[in-house]
Amino acid sequence: MLLDGINTIRACHHKEGHPHHHPHGSDQPVETHSHGGREIKVVRRVLDANDIMASVNRKLFAEKKVFVLNLMSSPGSGKTTTLEKTLQHLMPDYRCAVIVGDICTTQDADRLAASGAPVVQINTDEFGGDCHLAAHVIEKALDGLDLDSLDILIVENIGNLVCPAEFDIGEDKRAVILSVTEGEDKPLKYPLMFRECDAALLNKIDLLPYLEYDAKLAADNILQIHPDMPVFETSAKTEEGFDPWLDWMRTCANEKLK
Amino acid sequence: MHEMGVAMQIVEIATASIPEDLVGARVAKVNLKVGKLSAIVPDSLQFCFEAVSRDTALEGARLHIMEIPVRAVCNACQNEWGIDQPAFTCPQCQSGDITLLSGRELDIESIELAEEDD
Repeated sequence: MLLDGINTIRACHHKEGHPHHHPHGSDQPVETHSHGGREIKVVRRVLDANDIMASVNRKLFAEKKVFVLNLMSSPGSGKTTTLEKTLQHLMPDYRCAVIVGDICTTQDADRLAASGAPVVQINTDEFGGDCHLAAHVIEKALDGLDLDSLDILIVENIGNLVCPAEFDIGEDKRAVILSVTEGEDKPLKYPLMFRECDAALLNKIDLLPYLEYDAKLAADNILQIHPDMPVFETSAKTEEGFDPWLDWMRTCANEKLK
Repeated sequence: MHEMGVAMQIVEIATASIPEDLVGARVAKVNLKVGKLSAIVPDSLQFCFEAVSRDTALEGARLHIMEIPVRAVCNACQNEWGIDQPAFTCPQCQSGDITLLSGRELDIESIELAEEDD
């Protein structure tokens, strides 16, 4: 029953015993009297199947004591560079792995593999070019990882500030990266993303001298959507401001590894 | 942008909700609750739904979307209010410690079957 309805979003995930409902099956009794106009209560979340799969993932991550971060942002905000640098600093003390989602290409995976961390690339074009990673896609990617030998798993989601916010993948924490080339008002335009995250990075601050960008306004806008959320001003390139972000990651991971 | 996947789920859940003894029943209407904070564009959803419901019991069915406003309660002063601007602090005491009461819905409430020979 757990997987009922999981064959969502073109990624058919048939399992044995998957109890499909086939109302038109030939073994069904035929209704002869009128049923027109009848209302049938359903009351189900449309993304039920994803939520169920996410809780399966979450339970597994809890059993294996792996801290899972879902890292999201718009395209080009510096997710991969941030991740490269984050891995460099965390890897001596934590066993890390990455699941990286892109619609096409393995370029990000190739860059991240240089860190020495196991990397699983998901190309969602197999799944119809989805704009987000769904829980069953993560579950499939876990086949390529040994969770027993991991402390931290970072999921680099598809670059998109809309859809990934809607899909729980079983993660412990969510972080969003906004870069200073994107406009201070982005948090107000994509409130769900900033509402759903536990931390935000304001990245590429090394560019501030060349831009007319109000970093304080951007941070204030983030806090207007999600008061009290930690906002880290960082440059993944120069690693300026990186320590508070790394400390946040370590604190979250240590909490899970206890 | 993920309306196609959502539309496919709607068709799947609605199809599974037709009682097994009503073979051949067609769905005339699907009643949905969509919170204002959910990342769904109703027009896109309608468009995708028409595409994915073809050749199913839901072909030609109408999607009735009830938009649910965003409401929150302040955990500091218990004030309850509607959020219609992108600002999530309590207007009464300015606390940011709030709980959303509604606005994140993406639910199928019910389906309505078509009159026969519709």
